[in-house]
Amino acid sequence: MATESAGTLGREELIEAYRVMRTIRAFEERVHAEFGSGELPGAVHLYAGQEAVAAGVCGALVEGDYIASTHRGHGHAIAKGCDIGAMMRELYGKAGGSCNGKGGSMHIADFERGMLGANGVAAGGAPLACGSALTAKILGKRHVSVAFVGDGAANQGSFAESLNLATVWQLPVVFVVEDNGYAQATGTRYHLRGLDVARRAEAFGMPAAIVDGTDYLAVRAAADAAVERARSGGGPSFIECKAGRFFGHMEGFDQQGYRGEGEVDRLRAEDCLVRFTAAAGLSTEDVNGVDVTVEAAVEVAVAEAKAAPAPEAAELLTDVYVSY
Amino acid sequence: MTQPQRVLSYLDALNEALAQELAADPSVVVFGEDAVGGHGCDGTMGHAWGPTRGLHNQFPDRILDAPITESAFVGAAVGAAATGLRPVADLLFVDFAGVCFDQILNQAAKLRYMVGGKAAVPMVLRCMWGTGMRRGAQHSQALYSLFTHIPGLKVVAPSNPVDAKGLLAASIQDDDPVIFFEHKLLYFGSRAVVPEERYTIPLGQAKVVREGDDVTIVAIGRMVNEALAAAERLEAEGVRAEVVDPRTLSPFDFDTVYASVEKTSRLVVVDESNPRCSVATDIAGTVAENRFSSLSAAVRTVTGPHAPVPFSPALEDAFPPNADKIVDAVRSTLPSSVTSKAS
Ligand SMILES: Cc1ncc(C[n+]2csc(CCOP(=O)(O)OP(=O)(O)O)c2C)c(N)n1
Ligand SMILES: [Mg+2]
Repeated sequence: MATESAGTLGREELIEAYRVMRTIRAFEERVHAEFGSGELPGAVHLYAGQEAVAAGVCGALVEGDYIASTHRGHGHAIAKGCDIGAMMRELYGKAGGSCNGKGGSMHIADFERGMLGANGVAAGGAPLACGSALTAKILGKRHVSVAFVGDGAANQGSFAESLNLATVWQLPVVFVVEDNGYAQATGTRYHLRGLDVARRAEAFGMPAAIVDGTDYLAVRAAADAAVERARSGGGPSFIECKAGRFFGHMEGFDQQGYRGEGEVDRLRAEDCLVRFTAAAGLSTEDVNGVDVTVEAAVEVAVAEAKAAPAPEAAELLTDVYVSY
Repeated sequence: MTQPQRVLSYLDALNEALAQELAADPSVVVFGEDAVGGHGCDGTMGHAWGPTRGLHNQFPDRILDAPITESAFVGAAVGAAATGLRPVADLLFVDFAGVCFDQILNQAAKLRYMVGGKAAVPMVLRCMWGTGMRRGAQHSQALYSLFTHIPGLKVVAPSNPVDAKGLLAASIQDDDPVIFFEHKLLYFGSRAVVPEERYTIPLGQAKVVREGDDVTIVAIGRMVNEALAAAERLEAEGVRAEVVDPRTLSPFDFDTVYASVEKTSRLVVVDESNPRCSVATDIAGTVAENRFSSLSAAVRTVTGPHAPVPFSPALEDAFPPNADKIVDAVRSTLPSSVTSKAS
């Protein structure tokens, strides 16, 4: 497994990494509570537990790089710098949301920040990331694209085709499979026969790393290498990150009886935030400073989202085409 | 003393049909993502949330979980159907037809024709459809018009638990590929007294669910309830609407619609899907073409708009037809004397 000592990252970068992960966690825990109180509509898939993956991968990216996300996309969006106020308004289906309320949790996007969108279709983002990588390649920009894909979605034909296309066209793209152990209520032992997706990626002819997805520094090291390779014309790479989700598959839907006894407790004992705090040598003060700001920002985001107006009725018939 | 009558939800009625067909015919096999739920996990089994829930207890060898591989398992349903099984594959949301459309369009629909009738494809593809669950543009579509367009496929869209059970049984017993549309708001929202015994409702037979002689309202799926609510309101205004539920979209029972229009001379078609090249325009156009002389007013359609389904509840609620819109459409077919009396 790839590792990197905290030493190669500066103190500011370490605190920023913590801030990103903490923001995702606070956002998701709050969304969980809001959904539980019945105020939040829609299909909401929470990312808590997997923060180090989004933060580690996006930490390796710069402005102008692209990501294509999944149905479990809040973490990716936050790590790519999307505004949590706009995201929260989107979750509530309000005016001023990231997509003006038309997308919801499963379609949050911010093209100005290179976030090409969460996706309601399994592996839907992988071909899109090949496309944004092609744009960079043809236009001679040194931008890198990342496709996030779940373990379950990695079984989708479009994902295999994307791996192949990316190697054939030598696209500057990094495929990140997040193995959280489940596709809904089916375990990877069944749907992947317990095999790592990395073996498939290798077979298509690209370097493939497997990392502990609760270890920010390990994810970051693998991402730095893959992104550098893509940026310098070395073609696609693949990273498989193992990290469980703390909540059910989808809010309000999942009793989680498929989980083993004490499983969530074990996952929470490996909390990426706690691990990172120790590994990065962050002080209680560092952590508290971030925590207070993040909690306040999430509070404001929720209050503003609740107070925001619904989209204008006429919006039903706008954005269908560029012309209307 | 009569037995208390048994009420089932639409979802449980579908579950009962699956169980009875599995029991009656060893060639029936059911598969999809989380058809069982719990494979490859450390916890318990049986986490399907939909109509397949619990079936694995009784039929452990014939309920299969599939990885997220719609192209492969829908195509496998075609191959299995052509060689001796009666597969019932579950697409979950019909929107996911996008990733496996070839298997439906070019394999399932055409195999029999291309081989000169030397094979049949007795499979069912179950799918959820429709607006109302705040699922956004990729989980809310009403795509039956796409499938109705394709020769070789049968298309079924039941509006209530009794029809759901009988039509699913008929679909499984049918020797052609059937795309079976289950409206997600009906699963729990529609309940009725459902006969316990195994029964079928023939494909291609519409049902007059309310009689009337002033106007015919043809409504599809969940829209049947909206049409009935509209008819109730129109009744109070002295307008007697006849409501026809086609139940099967392909083949389509035009005779029942013709007979109704011959009686009422007016037609309003209610369809939740997008308006262009749709089942609604097909019904409207076919009736206009073949019963022009029976009509005393232009045919009206009440449909969703030519737009994807938005997420925001405020916008989504404005998307599908409802009783208000249907009442307005009916009024627009009536002579102005009746309309002014009504308003
Ligand atoms: C093509 C397609 N098939 C099925 C689904 C339904 N679905 C939504 S999420 C999901 C499981 C995805 O598992 P995984 O890719 O591991 O992502 P995770 O939920 O674990 O983040 C399924 C089957 C879908 N969205 N798209
Ligand atoms: Mg997963």
